[in-house]
Amino acid sequence: MAEKTKDILFKPVVENNPIALQILGICSALAVTSQLSVSLVMCLALTTVTAFSNFFVSLVRNFIPGNIRIIVQMTIIASLVIVVDQVLKAVAYDVSKQLSVFVGLIITNCIVMGRAEAYAMKNPPVASFLDGVGNGLGYSVILIVLAVIRELFGSGSLLGIQILPVVSTGGWYVPNGLLLLPPSAFFLIGGFIWILRTFKTDQVEAPDFELAPNTRAEVV
Amino acid sequence: MLNKDTVGGTLSVALILCVVCSIVVASSAVLLRPMQQANKDLDRKTNILAAAGLLKDGVSVDSQFDDISVRAVDLDSGEFTDAVDPANYDQRKASKDPAQSEELSASDDLAKISRRANVATVYIVENSAGIEKVILPIKGYGLWSTLYGFIALEGDLNTVAGIGFYEHAETPGLGGEVDNPLWKAKWEGKKVFDDEGKTALKVIKGPVDSKRAGSEYQIDGLSGATLTSRGVSQLIQFWLGENGFAPFLTKLKEGEA
Repeated sequence: MAEKTKDILFKPVVENNPIALQILGICSALAVTSQLSVSLVMCLALTTVTAFSNFFVSLVRNFIPGNIRIIVQMTIIASLVIVVDQVLKAVAYDVSKQLSVFVGLIITNCIVMGRAEAYAMKNPPVASFLDGVGNGLGYSVILIVLAVIRELFGSGSLLGIQILPVVSTGGWYVPNGLLLLPPSAFFLIGGFIWILRTFKTDQVEAPDFELAPNTRAEVV
Repeated sequence: MLNKDTVGGTLSVALILCVVCSIVVASSAVLLRPMQQANKDLDRKTNILAAAGLLKDGVSVDSQFDDISVRAVDLDSGEFTDAVDPANYDQRKASKDPAQSEELSASDDLAKISRRANVATVYIVENSAGIEKVILPIKGYGLWSTLYGFIALEGDLNTVAGIGFYEHAETPGLGGEVDNPLWKAKWEGKKVFDDEGKTALKVIKGPVDSKRAGSEYQIDGLSGATLTSRGVSQLIQFWLGENGFAPFLTKLKEGEA
């Protein structure tokens, strides 16, 4: 059991990472990673929602009628997200202002929904809870790494503390503005997937098609 | 136990789930509301103090705010009004309500806000010698978003004491530099009205040449953010102009507000 628990918790972090392998939850990974503090709260919010939605879905899985199961899952997830949003507004107002709409959008985050449907519907509550925590951690690892790179090189700071003195306040570091814009997260995630798959070759997908060799030897 | 896959089963499961979830959601919203409201107030007060350059570390925001009196001003007449309770008045909500706001014609609408509330809240810092600072709410459209902020004027009602935006969604690193403390510092000491009483303060393109005449009315543009700079310039022109706070400031200066 101990071995299995560890598997459920940590497999999603490296081997079966929701962002890097399953390519889920990209939208929020782009949007909230320009600052580390905001990303940390987002990770915490998503992990909480995934874990508890898995737990509750699994708890009632034997009572959920097959033809409305997705709606039932959505209702549970949406309720949890609203509760998390309300709590954030009450205890971490500044961060919740920066996360604005993205907390609400956890509802549509494919990781939460995907784990509820794929895992929690078939497994007991405690294992489902751990699966949710594990997948939340997998998501968090990527987000935190992205946020560290983006905030450090984009604004020269970490958690709002200036590390590289930037030119606009009289230092020497010229910040890379691209890193503050969402597309930079795309490049970084692409880079990650590349590195991950270089070491874990079993994650490389078979190509959908192959380029045919050029049939004309030369252009006359 | 009812078979869960029949129509009756499906309906009852759906019903029970909805009731349980709505209770959870509603109770979390109701129980946490006082804390959220307190946060909101604190945030607003912090922004006002920061704009006026009065924010001190280590002193509670509420006690710093005690020295500031909140008043409601009728923008058309430029006089203080008792029509609304300034402590509970929400100018942002009022500017969307047709009964409490008026539509601006295209030529008047420099800040691109389309409607302006009839009544605005102003914050006045007083000391024994009279008015020390006046803090005015400002808003207007930049490149991507509406910028919301405050501008603080010194007791002469002409010199800028500080400016700050607490909400906007301009491009980080470019238009987002409206939050840069170095840029905000450039506003301090600038003059709003010229000798003829016209609103002269504006953001220009490129750096200000301090030797040139009129440089006391000019602020450096943000490089790489022409449209945000223009937006800020226009919203200053609007809010400190005839349709904004100019009538009020004139009356306040003459002691007739």
